[in-house]
Amino acid sequence: MRHLKILEYALSSLWRRKYKNIAIILVYTFTIAVLASILFLTHSLKTEASYLLDEAPELIVQKLAAGRHDLIPIDYAAQISKLPGVAEVRPRFWGYYYDALTEANYTLLEVSSGQPRLDMLQGRLPSAPGECAIGAGVAEVRRIGTGDDLILIDSSNIGVSLEVTGVFSSKSDLLTNDLVILGREDLIAFFGYPADLAADLAVRVNNPREVNTIAAKIKRQWPNSRPISRSEILRTYDAVFNWRSGMMLSVFAAALVAFCILAWDKATGISVEEKREIGILKAVGWETSNILELKFWEGTALSLTSLLLGLLAAYVHVFFLGATLLTPVIKGWSVLFPPFHLIPFIDPYQVLVIGFLTVPPYVVSTLVPSWKAAITDPETAMRG
Amino acid sequence: MIKHRIFIGFTLLEVCVLGLLLLVGQAQVSDRSAQELPALRTLVGALQLTDLSLWTEARYTRHPSQTDLFTPFQDFPSALEHFPAGSILAPARRQ
Repeated sequence: MRHLKILEYALSSLWRRKYKNIAIILVYTFTIAVLASILFLTHSLKTEASYLLDEAPELIVQKLAAGRHDLIPIDYAAQISKLPGVAEVRPRFWGYYYDALTEANYTLLEVSSGQPRLDMLQGRLPSAPGECAIGAGVAEVRRIGTGDDLILIDSSNIGVSLEVTGVFSSKSDLLTNDLVILGREDLIAFFGYPADLAADLAVRVNNPREVNTIAAKIKRQWPNSRPISRSEILRTYDAVFNWRSGMMLSVFAAALVAFCILAWDKATGISVEEKREIGILKAVGWETSNILELKFWEGTALSLTSLLLGLLAAYVHVFFLGATLLTPVIKGWSVLFPPFHLIPFIDPYQVLVIGFLTVPPYVVSTLVPSWKAAITDPETAMRG
Repeated sequence: MIKHRIFIGFTLLEVCVLGLLLLVGQAQVSDRSAQELPALRTLVGALQLTDLSLWTEARYTRHPSQTDLFTPFQDFPSALEHFPAGSILAPARRQ
């Protein structure tokens, strides 16, 4: 009961300076919302990427020339397929296309015939020359749909008209937003691929545990090659969405610094009015422990309220609003950028980390100066 | 003696709403993992995709797993990496 009465007094004390404390709550909540938004967004993207890219090719073999990615002879496929443990080697043909009309970059990809029906495709994959399937981003920016024509300029500067046979669902935007899928012959003719060259080779192995061994053999036999395993692909996205790197770290650090300034401002001293108030409380019989409990409740009320509001705001921002405030930071110069419909993967450890990084430091930074005033002689404190 | 009741009530309301959102989120995870993820994984396998379609501003930002560390700086000697997405993309950790 005594604790509730001290809590009541603490809330009354906060309410006496309501405008200042509301401002602190707003800033504090905003800081926590920014921190939590970044953690929620990066964790969700990282988890989704790890689930999806687990079906990526087991091994991709590129050819390098002067340190740069070069087209690879298709002959390599036959030689690599003779290596023990290799099940299949398939040349891949793909490339980038800059659309001057929309200033967007597309990724053109070939697909072989006989693919299973794709639930994420409204329509069908191209099965004849002059057909294509496109991502939702391409459809939107070009304002076309199934049955319309997509006109691109090929490597000979000649316009090529492709009938759109399918548009990928917006649920697959994270994978297909900028894709244009063509038949292999169409894509080879479009980019003017030499007859004996491919973009790279996709290697399937019998035993997934032997991928690294096979990659090492390929590298040894073809020193100008660069094998990329599926685990490297997954590790790339583990690093890309790591909040400890890149611009995410900058935004995260800025928010953390703002919070540290807030806490430091509290820790470096209390106002004359607050000291006088503590002095009066001591004079009327409050113990030092009661005063510390009072300040504890003041700090906890502010920080706990801000933490919960900040987490709520971050959750709604990331998983309901698609991280719209962070999108301009992440988007860069991309014309085609997929809208986020993230699956709410949340790491409880990160939520606990936010809680421990924000609530205890603020409470401590409230208690320390108050303790100094609480152990001061009441008359001295009242005199200021 | 009403303020502490309002505060405790409001805090409990926040905790309940947050808990509810997390529960709904978990249900969504199960639901979408069962419905969407298998179809998306089939898509990745069928098209042999290696990267997410996020940053389309440059080759190395569109396919970060396929690029090398040299590409962002390839324009000329001492060239600086200048695409905004390049600031977000951290280089992959070497094995």
